[in-house]
Amino acid sequence: MEVIFVLIGVSLVLAITFLILFFKAMKDGQFDDGYTPSVRILFENQPKKSNKDQPKQSKSYE
Amino acid sequence: MNDATLERFHYDNKIVKYFGAATIIWGLVGMLVGLIAATQLFLPEANLGNPYTTFGRIRPLHTNAVIFAFVGNAIFAGVYYSMPRLLKTPMWNKALSWFHFWGWQLIILSAALTLPLGITTSKEYAELEWPIDIAIALVWVAFGANMIGTLIKRRERHMYVAIWFYLASFVTVAILHIFNSLELPVSFFKSYSAYAGVQDALVQWWYGHNAVAFFLTTPFLGLMYYFLPKAANRPVYSYKLSIVHFWSLIFIYMWAGPHHLLYTALPEWAQVLGTIFSVMLVAPSWGGMVNGLLTLRGAWDKVRQEPILKFMVVAVTAYGMATFEGPMLSLKNVNAIAHYTDWIVGHVHIGGLGWNGFFTFGMLYWMWPRLFKTTIYSNKLANTHFWLGTLGIIFYALPLYVSGLTQFLMLKEFNEAGRLAYPNFLETVIQIVPMYMLRALGGLLYLSGAVIMMYNMWMTAKKGSFAEEEEDQAPALVKAYKPHGEFWHRAWERKPVFFTILATVAVAIGGVVEIIPTMLVKSNIPTISSVKPYTPLELEGRDLYIANGCVGCHSQMIRPFRSETERYGEYSKAGEFVYDRPFLWGSKRTGPDLHRVGGKYPDSWHYHHMTDPSSMSPGSLMPPYPWMTTNELDISNLPAKIRTLQKLGVPYPEGYDEQAVADYEAQASKVVGNLKEAGVEVAPNTEIVALIAYLQRLGTDIKQSTASNQ
Repeated sequence: MEVIFVLIGVSLVLAITFLILFFKAMKDGQFDDGYTPSVRILFENQPKKSNKDQPKQSKSYE
Repeated sequence: MNDATLERFHYDNKIVKYFGAATIIWGLVGMLVGLIAATQLFLPEANLGNPYTTFGRIRPLHTNAVIFAFVGNAIFAGVYYSMPRLLKTPMWNKALSWFHFWGWQLIILSAALTLPLGITTSKEYAELEWPIDIAIALVWVAFGANMIGTLIKRRERHMYVAIWFYLASFVTVAILHIFNSLELPVSFFKSYSAYAGVQDALVQWWYGHNAVAFFLTTPFLGLMYYFLPKAANRPVYSYKLSIVHFWSLIFIYMWAGPHHLLYTALPEWAQVLGTIFSVMLVAPSWGGMVNGLLTLRGAWDKVRQEPILKFMVVAVTAYGMATFEGPMLSLKNVNAIAHYTDWIVGHVHIGGLGWNGFFTFGMLYWMWPRLFKTTIYSNKLANTHFWLGTLGIIFYALPLYVSGLTQFLMLKEFNEAGRLAYPNFLETVIQIVPMYMLRALGGLLYLSGAVIMMYNMWMTAKKGSFAEEEEDQAPALVKAYKPHGEFWHRAWERKPVFFTILATVAVAIGGVVEIIPTMLVKSNIPTISSVKPYTPLELEGRDLYIANGCVGCHSQMIRPFRSETERYGEYSKAGEFVYDRPFLWGSKRTGPDLHRVGGKYPDSWHYHHMTDPSSMSPGSLMPPYPWMTTNELDISNLPAKIRTLQKLGVPYPEGYDEQAVADYEAQASKVVGNLKEAGVEVAPNTEIVALIAYLQRLGTDIKQSTASNQ
């Protein structure tokens, strides 16, 4: 039954990896803005022929 | 560098079109095979009378086709469409995209060839043999590398929640696939699992359950978070909820596998662990469902008109149903009812037809006109598809719930004398045949809907004009942006070496296949001294049993319930399976359990039963296998099989590979002698002889030990 230790080990490693990724993402500001990203994805296919030199939307955070 | 400078770039729509078309084509194939399999359950003649299309072989063909071909290509189509748009950059490497596409289609083709030929490991959803396993790992890593490369090149600082789901799916599926596929090759088409018995069962269901989680669930949740808001033109209900349920879902899912093995010989504590995590899973799962449905708040009027949203709403609802039912089925007392019955088949099809199927349809209906710069050819046909599909799901699932409960009630009923009310398993099967017919009708309705979709898509494509590339523009990310340390992938930037390492890992699998088993061989399962390795003839018979997918209908695991020990005999012990590579406990009983079938009937009974099951069991749904009495068994691999098993730790005496063929022939002539006494003439080198030897061995080791104790 020792394979269960391998599996628990793998599961733990993966879980801890996800945890570390979560903290890193949090530190990097991934979750600072809990609203605009959900809206932003709706506005990506705007017509771009006019105002060519302007960024079409401002960065919401930075 | 000027932050405001816009860069122009092009999204690759061609790869999306190809993956989309593959989704539709393989979807139809997979559903058709499913319909044929379903028909065979009330009309065994529908197997066309040849070994290649018997139920045992086409059932895995169906599951592989719908999971990896239909749903797989749908995932890739969705990811290759949404990911570049979310990150404002084309996919990292076009060559890799096409390697991914053609590699995956080749894997599907090889599955469609090998499974009907009986080249299978018989581990559910991991049936493909080792060369294909390695190909899967390579293509999967190419997919992951392409995603990570795209992330590095992104022009959008923020990774939208869909991307997290895509990444978690990639990482986890890679790990699961590699661990569950560890096997030692005998030849190019045959291998033995690195794990035996209980361990193999545990690894298999750790994989199997997470294949459901990280292939059928998390990628689709990612797709849901992109395509549902797009289709409704509403932001997702709560972005915060999406983050919370993402992290809790991926954490908890990893532990739920043992709920597939409740009441089996798996140690109790592992079963409890599986149950606890499965029950907890309802929270993050419903977090996802609620978030999807509430995205439509204030927009439900659109659902009335828009077939795309209808598909998506039913999909998310089906997801909610299935993820409520799942934790419920993981409770031991509910599991005791449902396990091995059609209830489970109904449950997975709510997920498959409802969640995966309907979401794929919705996504395709949304994406296809956009790829071809037009509107959908016919909304009316899409609505027809929706209603046919919905009726199909209902006609599919409800009869199977009825069938599952009927069988449970009949199998567990005792009469006043304390005997089984229905001692013959067949009685319970005949009772549910009408349900099988209804279920096939459901499948037919669902398939007809999909055919209509194919026509609709074809006409949409004809009506529009396809643009291979789509232009977009966005400012580049400022590289100096590092407020609090580095992002994990930022650190890998300008490090192509890393990708080489990833590729190397995939290539190294072949080596790992040989190393890990040697490390794991000294396993200490509670051994039973009377349990001996299979004889060469039994081993060949067992491999035939595997090749023909007998495990698709027959379990080899008697649970410790009185209704089962009365019916089948002593309950199964962990120590009885130490030489089973792979384990064959099964997950569905369309026929009776076979773990103690050894010695129950004379050899001639098995002979007649295999050539024509209804001659021994009138009304049986089992297909006849008459070719087994004439097909000669190729035993040229036998010495190699013995050597491989020795390497895996099976205690055959040293040099036994040279002795094996002689032992094979000796035992075969004994079986032939038994058959001759019963008036049956058969050649000793036929398949039937080996199969009978294996069936007669099943579960007998422990009988000998009790006999010698008395």
